[in-house]
Amino acid sequence: MFQIRIHGRGGQGVVTAAELLSVAAFLDGRHAQAFPSFGSERTGAPVEAYCRISTHPIRLREPVRRPDAVILQDPSLRRHLDVFAGLAVGGYVLINSQRDWEALELDAYGGQLTPDRTVIVPATQLALTHIGRPLPNAALLGGFAALTGQVSLPAVVVAIQRRFPARVAEANVEAARAAYRYVQVYQPGELELVMDRKELADA
Amino acid sequence: MRDQMEGSRAVAQAVVRCRPQVVCAYPISPQTHIVEALAAATRTGELAPCEFVNVESEFAALSVAIGASAAGSRAYTATSSQGLLFMAEALYNAAGLGLPIVMTVANRALGAPINIWNDHSDSMSQRDSGWVQLYAESNQHAVDLHLLAFRLAEELSTPVMVCVDGFVLTHAFEAVDLPEAELVDRFLPAFRPRQVLDPDHPVSIGTMVGPDAFTEVRYLAHTTALRAIDRIPELAADLESVLGRSVRAPVSPYRLAGAETVVVALGSVLGTLQESVVEFRDSGR
Repeated sequence: MFQIRIHGRGGQGVVTAAELLSVAAFLDGRHAQAFPSFGSERTGAPVEAYCRISTHPIRLREPVRRPDAVILQDPSLRRHLDVFAGLAVGGYVLINSQRDWEALELDAYGGQLTPDRTVIVPATQLALTHIGRPLPNAALLGGFAALTGQVSLPAVVVAIQRRFPARVAEANVEAARAAYRYVQVYQPGELELVMDRKELADA
Repeated sequence: MRDQMEGSRAVAQAVVRCRPQVVCAYPISPQTHIVEALAAATRTGELAPCEFVNVESEFAALSVAIGASAAGSRAYTATSSQGLLFMAEALYNAAGLGLPIVMTVANRALGAPINIWNDHSDSMSQRDSGWVQLYAESNQHAVDLHLLAFRLAEELSTPVMVCVDGFVLTHAFEAVDLPEAELVDRFLPAFRPRQVLDPDHPVSIGTMVGPDAFTEVRYLAHTTALRAIDRIPELAADLESVLGRSVRAPVSPYRLAGAETVVVALGSVLGTLQESVVEFRDSGR
């Protein structure tokens, strides 16, 4: 079983991201479960959501405490929460940021983050480019597909198309595809490539 | 058809297939998505002929369901937590009148302190109200229990709650097999009320009685509950044969043989418990 924890803030679509991930995994023929956890239902408050993907039916319903992957929609949450708590050794990390490893001070996490399994993707920028609104969700899902291979890009695309009206869906699909391409060619610690990669992602 | 969906949507779709004629509910988290989906299904005509009645409170919601059921309609409502307590007075009336109302309880803790999360203190507080309570282990189970609930309620003339853990199930996305409407029709025949409030043929129901008759009515509620225990597995078997797939039995043992400790539980915690049992038993404990 592969367990994912998504951290973000109310209004960023954290819950939707987990749901779409589960739909994509289902479309890929796997068993999947997604559910949210939030304090009060208000914009800006820390929210987390979980997704489990398995080849077998999933009975476990406790929150994901030992994730195989963490998706961090907003790195500023690290001031309040141990967002990488329980991350499996060699676990995947996908961070939404324009900054690089050093600027995000990811060395502070010791060996918990593996450079070749940690990807920083400017999902909000990709969303602004393709959707025109700062909603990093779809881009992160595309990036997640490229990073982990736990869901396929076509399944992510269909999950998005099922969820949103056609025009909104197409914009989000473009953001997801762009992030997928971005992560495919991602090289850790090479910030100077970011602009090239952005152009590639825009292409 | 098997699809990945939110628990609330699965429950709402199951209710749509049961063809209630009156739906009356007041929104409260985490039940809200169920009621929103049913309101939409009524508006689009997917649930026709059905009347969705807007009211100002849970007390009114169940009161409308009582009136609709007494007038011969298949009636449905849904609530959570404090909303269920607000219905308390009407809950006993629905049971005492033997009205086959089905209600989804999206289980949520009772305040204070205010807490939107899941426990069973809401439905358990109404354990002796005369309603049959069915608890769902998964969203598939929740769907199946709603079909069973309407049939059980109408056969035994008793109201039935389907208790679905708030958020843990109502807001969980997982794969659910929603039965085709024709199959549900085969399992659940059209509602034939035993008696109907009808101005052309006036009767009175729920009139004043003395302690002797009241004791009889409460005893009847007790025997109805006992009959439900026997009837539920039979109905589950019938539903299995109609749907051509397994339907979770109301009581299902898991790795009991040789156990030194047995945990008895209700609701969505069962799956997590089963995983714990696997862990403990496989490590020799």
